[in-house]
Amino acid sequence: MNGSGTVANSRSASGILTLPSRLAFLRSEGFPLIPSAILLTIMLVAIFANTLAPHNPEVGVLGDRFKPPAWQTNGTLDHLLGTDHLGRDVLSRLIFGARISVIVGLMVIIVAGFIGTALGIISGYLGRWVDQVIMRITDAWLALPALMLAIFLAAIVGPGVSNIIIILAAVWWTRYARVIRGEVLSVRERDFVRLAVVAGCSKWTIMRKHILPNVVNSAIVLATLQLGQVIIAEAGLSFLGVGVPPPQPAWGLMLADGKKGLMAGYWWLTVLPGSCIMLMVLSANLLGDWLRVKFDPQLRQL
Amino acid sequence: MKKFILKRLGLAAISLFLLSLTIFLLIRISGDPAVLLAEPGASAADLQAIRNQFGLDRPLWIQYLSFITHLFRGDFGQSFYYRTDVFDLYLSRLPASLLLASAAMVFSLIVGIPTGIIAAVRVNRWQDSIGKIFALLGLSMPSFWVGLVMILFFSVYLGWLPSSGSGTVWHLVMPAIALGWVFAAAHMRLTRSSMLEVLGSEYVKLARLKGLPEALVISKHAFKNALIPVLTLAGVNLVIMVNVAVIVETVFAWPGVGRLLFEGIAFRDFPVVQASILLGGTMIVLVNLLVDILYAVIDPRIRYEG
Repeated sequence: MNGSGTVANSRSASGILTLPSRLAFLRSEGFPLIPSAILLTIMLVAIFANTLAPHNPEVGVLGDRFKPPAWQTNGTLDHLLGTDHLGRDVLSRLIFGARISVIVGLMVIIVAGFIGTALGIISGYLGRWVDQVIMRITDAWLALPALMLAIFLAAIVGPGVSNIIIILAAVWWTRYARVIRGEVLSVRERDFVRLAVVAGCSKWTIMRKHILPNVVNSAIVLATLQLGQVIIAEAGLSFLGVGVPPPQPAWGLMLADGKKGLMAGYWWLTVLPGSCIMLMVLSANLLGDWLRVKFDPQLRQL
Repeated sequence: MKKFILKRLGLAAISLFLLSLTIFLLIRISGDPAVLLAEPGASAADLQAIRNQFGLDRPLWIQYLSFITHLFRGDFGQSFYYRTDVFDLYLSRLPASLLLASAAMVFSLIVGIPTGIIAAVRVNRWQDSIGKIFALLGLSMPSFWVGLVMILFFSVYLGWLPSSGSGTVWHLVMPAIALGWVFAAAHMRLTRSSMLEVLGSEYVKLARLKGLPEALVISKHAFKNALIPVLTLAGVNLVIMVNVAVIVETVFAWPGVGRLLFEGIAFRDFPVVQASILLGGTMIVLVNLLVDILYAVIDPRIRYEG
């Protein structure tokens, strides 16, 4: 309970927390400030990609192929992080690539989280045969290899950002359904739910107004933990050529293109996009771990 | 016990049914199935022949039954590209995949188990923190990127290892590390938590009370029991490795089933793609079933839950 003490002490006269005191409070709780700052930066870069990128990410000058980053010999300040096999500016592609990773990552965890949470609540609250049917399907779906299923779906429906979102969401909803159902089983035995039943609330109202707010924390923790896995999966699909189609600047696609300069030692085409993926995934994992410890005391020892 | 095994068998059957049904339906609702099942650039007459052969004008459930009977006979169709039976093709690629997965498994256990034990014995000290950072890094780096960076260092800059292909032990080193990297992190995490649980148990406390030296308690009493869940997971992971190696095998041109799946996608060789998914999925469902039953045999408490 160190944290609450800090809050009480750092309240300003008006009773509103000032920004520095809020940061101090978060730090005392072990909040991962740096990872959150990195994620926030990536979001901002994604939003303002048009203003930040110095060049068009999809159009290159063939005369400027494989230019190294500015600090190496032959590098120019015009292309700070060099160019790829088509003479496209790597920095600009990384900046626009952030937009694709953010859109795909967020949309997948939102869609998958929505479907999974809804099914988990319905399954857990209604019970009986509805529960049996939903959980058997969830278990069967969980038993299948996620990446292979995604590759198969992607090979059938063809490349495209919206297709990728649908495919990854279709593969990733199961975890939410399982976890949320477990939570609902204990929430529905609590007094406020029983009182709501006595008061004559409909099942729909109870699920939406009384159950959902009590399980939404778990869904958010799961979503944060899954964000990294989703981004890695998207990069993998794009790398294989069944994800985001060229010439769009997805990080996974940049790694596939980077293979063309790999044997010649053009390191920036391989190291830079991969570092972006790693930075984003690592930050999401650190934030997710902190949230899990915060909201789920049972897992604290692990 | 019997009831439990029957229940798990039923679950596995449902999984396999859903897998085959999903693949069957997806082929049929995503446009004209004849186009997917025929070779790229097939003529109208060829397409009609395919429609007749698969009976695509008949009701869906009859089509599904015929689809399933063919699968049970081991008939997955002919590869357009290799002009051979897809099932035989898959089996011929499997040994290479198993070799790669075994090498990756050895790497992940050699790295994962000792670090996990050190992290557990020195829990909440600096060794534990380093272990946590290592595990997080493992889970945050895409395996194919680890492979690409290794090629850059060890093949291009240093010239120590071959960048792709197969044949010698040296060809195996980098793909095995790239594939085993994520699993090393997973095995480390599990070893740590399993070891922590065992170290807090009564019999370990008794061994300490007897005055046994700490090193002996850890190596003789705790280690063996802590290893059981890790080795079980390793068994499952071996099968999973075969099936997630698609991207690593593509990076290193390793001639396994993952590379076969990639070629199937790249050459629009649909029977190969379909067979890879069906066979890979079946393997994973079966190994999960096996582990569930094994666990129930080892630990009777599990049977009563759920």
